[in-house]
Amino acid sequence: MLDYGPDAILMKGLDGSNWRLKDYEARGGYDALKKILRENIAPEAVIAEVKKSGLRGRGGAGFPAGLKWSFMPKQYAGAKYLVCNTDEGEPGTFKDRDIIRYNPHMLIEGMLIGAYATGAGVGYNYIHGEIWAEYELFERALDEAHAAGYLGKNILGTDFSFELHAFHGYGAYVCGEETGLLESVEGKKGQPRFKPPFPASYGLYGKPTTINNTETFAAVPWIINHGGDAFLALGRPNNGGTKIFSVSGHVNRPGNYEVRLGTPFAKLLEMAGGMRGGKRIKAVIPGGSSAPVIPGEIMMQTDLDFDCVAKAGSMLGSGAVIVMDETTCMVRALERLSYFYFEESCGQCTPCREGTGWMYRVVHRIEHGKGRQEDLDLLSNVADNIAGRTICALGDAAAGPVKSFVKHFREEFQYHIDHKRCMVNVPGGYFTVSNPSAGRAA
Amino acid sequence: MLSAESLKRIDREIAKFPAEQKQSAVIAALAIAQDEKGWLATETMDFVAQYLGMAPIAVYEVASFYNMYDLAPVGRHKLTVCTNLPCALSGGVDAAEHLKQCLGVGFNETTADGRVTLKQGECMGACGDAPVLLVNNKRMCGSMSNDKLDKLLAELK
Ligand SMILES: Cc1cc2nc3c(=O)[nH]c(=O)nc-3n(C[C@H](O)[C@H](O)[C@H](O)COP(=O)(O)O)c2cc1C
Ligand code: FES
Repeated sequence: MLDYGPDAILMKGLDGSNWRLKDYEARGGYDALKKILRENIAPEAVIAEVKKSGLRGRGGAGFPAGLKWSFMPKQYAGAKYLVCNTDEGEPGTFKDRDIIRYNPHMLIEGMLIGAYATGAGVGYNYIHGEIWAEYELFERALDEAHAAGYLGKNILGTDFSFELHAFHGYGAYVCGEETGLLESVEGKKGQPRFKPPFPASYGLYGKPTTINNTETFAAVPWIINHGGDAFLALGRPNNGGTKIFSVSGHVNRPGNYEVRLGTPFAKLLEMAGGMRGGKRIKAVIPGGSSAPVIPGEIMMQTDLDFDCVAKAGSMLGSGAVIVMDETTCMVRALERLSYFYFEESCGQCTPCREGTGWMYRVVHRIEHGKGRQEDLDLLSNVADNIAGRTICALGDAAAGPVKSFVKHFREEFQYHIDHKRCMVNVPGGYFTVSNPSAGRAA
Repeated sequence: MLSAESLKRIDREIAKFPAEQKQSAVIAALAIAQDEKGWLATETMDFVAQYLGMAPIAVYEVASFYNMYDLAPVGRHKLTVCTNLPCALSGGVDAAEHLKQCLGVGFNETTADGRVTLKQGECMGACGDAPVLLVNNKRMCGSMSNDKLDKLLAELK
């Protein structure tokens, strides 16, 4: 059995091999779709139920799913699309992969219900380039659903039709951004579009499109089966349901844990086996690498829901919790993240294209003992001039770590500049200078 | 230019999209072409352009935008190691260093016998299994201790 924790509802009863249609049906799968079709529940009523559930987008921004669905035009003559974002590339995030390899039909059923509610006739699931085996498995699940009459024309003998395809990406973080993703499906470079117009009015091929994260769709069958109120009650007001957290870094048992929103971080850390080697917790990035870092002692007092994490100064984001212990050099950690955003900037907006490279070079020189006294102010200045000045949120994502690392760990950066070496001296520690005299200093 | 088998795979991708949107299949078509040829030469991209009714430049744009395409020859095996922060905290950088030592190459280099090309990768969405690496864009290997890395290298001929 795969163990996602006692509160799991989406990832319950899975053993790694029982992903097939018959297994899913044995777990009550496709009952929500059947109920909607049998009882002829109106699309508006489905949307109302999802709104009631307090389900917020699991891809990063936390936008209310039901509200997003209601933006789709109702009277529209042409094609409408439904797109799922399984491009999971936000560093630290590895939950959607588990959904599509261990419970793919839950996603298919969620998308079917989404298509029914929004009037979309065709859908695509955009799968991250690096996970080929999962893409192939998902295609097999689609074949099964087709053969059983859950996908295609006149589903289960009704006049509801929906075609769903898998799309395999090929390595570009920015394609996780919803409009970059749509460009990519159109067969172009994944450069995000200016918004508005939003995808609900101008999406794939210029048609009305709803796009949600894998986990968002995957929660929908449960909501229809048990009611929006029940889902909401699992979490907190405005933060309905459970959420899968991907825990990585310096913990004993990295992995995915599904807990109720509002669960204290300390509890999640305990589920992940606590700190590796019993070390002291230094810092946590609670929502994927784009979320601001938070000092460990603040995080230990924080509950995991969208509002509490925001109050603590960060974002719940994708629910990717990156844990760093006392042996971590924050300068080196930021250097690696800055490199990532520099590498992945799509290049269409000058502040992001130039600014990410600039920030990386400055953090790199501080890390390598060549920092200048004015560098910390320079970093803030560059970050401020990227944030809010780009077409998509990759710019903000790149600026956030820089600002938060420097804000919370300024003395460590200053020490690097003053002493040309690392402040963290834990022998054998990771990301540290184990022998200070032979340090990474220039 | 491409085998009948590859063309069949590309046709399957084209069928996923509206008839007038063949271009949507370009990302898959280039991946399939690379599977067959090992890397994407200009002639290969031109063929894909012609097959999908696209301007060659539009195909080059795509091929140069996405990280997993190779626009120059690579070794018989390409190893892409994730060194992003979550992996690095659990040995991702150590794994990359071990490979560099064993192979005697740095990132973006190929062993002299043309056996292995080493690449640095970004998050593969598998951070819980760190260290992780990808063999030839397709096969993901997790929890790669030095022992497991040695075994993998022995297996790659
Ligand atoms: C640079 C960037 C990368 C993103 N990557 C992802 C991703 O990998 N998966 C995802 O679901 N959303 C990602 N997003 C968020 C999407 O743009 C979008 O908000 C989300 O897919 C909507 O689904 P949701 O409302 O269900 O969360 C990313 C956003 C940005 C700016
Ligand atoms: S950071 Fe390496 S797979 Fe995510």
